Amino acid sequence: MARVIVDVMLKPEILDPQGQAIARALPRLGFSGVSAVRQGKRFEVDLEGPADEAALADVRKMAETLLANTVIEDYTVRVEQ
Amino acid sequence: MSARVGVVTFPGTLDDQDAARAIRLSGAEAVPLWHADHDLKGVDAVFLPGGFSYGDYLRCGAISRFAPLMRELVPAAREGLPVLGTCNGFQILCEAHLLPGALTRNASLHYVCRDQRLRVESTGTPWTNSFEPGQEVVLPIKHGEGRYVADPETLAALEADNRVVMRYLGNPNGSLNDIAGIRNEAGNVVGLMPHPEHAVENLVGAPSTDGLGFFTSILKKLVNA
Repeated sequence: MARVIVDVMLKPEILDPQGQAIARALPRLGFSGVSAVRQGKRFEVDLEGPADEAALADVRKMAETLLANTVIEDYTVRVEQ
Repeated sequence: MSARVGVVTFPGTLDDQDAARAIRLSGAEAVPLWHADHDLKGVDAVFLPGGFSYGDYLRCGAISRFAPLMRELVPAAREGLPVLGTCNGFQILCEAHLLPGALTRNASLHYVCRDQRLRVESTGTPWTNSFEPGQEVVLPIKHGEGRYVADPETLAALEADNRVVMRYLGNPNGSLNDIAGIRNEAGNVVGLMPHPEHAVENLVGAPSTDGLGFFTSILKKLVNA
């Protein structure tokens, strides 16, 4: 049993109005010193077997075809320790 | 023989009945197509209507792209079947990579629902041949994720090849280059954020009947083929 984490973020050049709205809300709540916020998605993919190279290759394919739209988003894949 | 235009219904599709009605008003036959079928029923063209297919889960259009019907539709579209996607249909066409770029959250973060002035830019498609180049029309828009984005090279290619089909006059969502609709290289696949199927009859209080042009265009194309 292993858990693989896929983080999906809008590419840096793509406007993230949700992140901007969060950044604008923070000072109103008394949080200062934040220069920017960007919002993304985190997927927890639980595997039936170990997170070996073949399984990770499969997760990367999942990320590429479904979890992320690579036209506008980047993704990273890592095994949760 | 009358032209047969398929209208696809996914779980969560809203505008399929309006689309079918608009197709009938133009004189063609509307053929219902179900997302879970593997059968395009021999239609001559396909309309992908708007709504919230699969609840917009993950991203708008991301799940619909893998529907059984799409496995038939994508290769047929690549071989020249005329396809028009509006709103959620446009989002599905982008997710399916039949059109370049993507549709993201409106810059304002607000859902926009209004009558929108637009300019028809590309009349060389089977869906826009009834319009004059540069013709101004008014169509309803209603979307929360309609901001068209693409990388600079893709945008430059769209502009250079006259693949921008419609542009907003007064940008409602932050779309790059005011883009409201585009076409593929061959011209048979068109995606629009506005809703021509909601602007075909004065009776229902539509802002215009400018939407009819899309349906008479495809009929003209199919009947003359």
